[in-house]
Amino acid sequence: MVYLTRKAEFAASHYYHNPEFSAEENLRIFGKCNNPNGHGHNYTLEVTVKGNVDPQSGFVVDLKELKDILDREVLDAMDHRFLNKEVPEFFTQIPTTENLAIVIWQRLAPKLNKAQLHRVRVYEMPDLFADFYGEA
Amino acid sequence: MKAYLNRRYLFSASHRLHNDTMSAEENRRTYGKCNNPHGHGHNYVLEVTVSGQVDPRTGMVCNLVELDGFVRSQVLERFDHQNLNLVKEFTEIVPTTENLCIVIYDILRRGFPQAHLEKVRIEETMKNSFEYGRIL
Repeated sequence: MVYLTRKAEFAASHYYHNPEFSAEENLRIFGKCNNPNGHGHNYTLEVTVKGNVDPQSGFVVDLKELKDILDREVLDAMDHRFLNKEVPEFFTQIPTTENLAIVIWQRLAPKLNKAQLHRVRVYEMPDLFADFYGEA
Repeated sequence: MKAYLNRRYLFSASHRLHNDTMSAEENRRTYGKCNNPHGHGHNYVLEVTVSGQVDPRTGMVCNLVELDGFVRSQVLERFDHQNLNLVKEFTEIVPTTENLCIVIYDILRRGFPQAHLEKVRIEETMKNSFEYGRIL
């Protein structure tokens, strides 16, 4: 089994707000991230896939294919977007780094055929990042 | 769903690797330059990984403000700009980065129940890093 990691970058804005909480609760829990006008980050996405090396190609996965899937499923939908308003999953979920990792996993997993998704890692900042391994 | 949250912190400290139960010659042989009696320092990068179910109300594994507050008061204030050999945690053990990982892991495991502690990773220099806990 060999693991392969592909990086991508995207820039997006978001804010944290739960309509079930009062205005005070939202501010207390989410702090500055609660500003309804949003704020932005340069996100770095790391997608790790695993699989056996194909003896003919020497590949775990065709990188061009993986890049096309990442472009289509993630970057086209999220790069230079306001996540709360333009990405349907975040109409009902809060676009935290944890939820971004989960949503990106859910978008990618069904599109990969040869290689198996191992980990989705999303860096919101160089000092803050979340991982999702597809665990319930 | 279970996600992993990773947070990086910086601190600077000095140390000397020396074991009183070994002879001067053995200490020099074992620790080399790190045995210099005057000590030397590093800019340490501490990476803490916690995990848990993402709370559907907040989108979070745990509140980052609480994690930051705990690490600041219980770890950074204890070790930042200190001589590690003089800090009480290292009166009996050599302040190698291996031991520093274990000490910080124990502080977090005992004092921060808000999320499950997975691992502590420390970069002593850009070339050396150490991890303790569950390595995925």
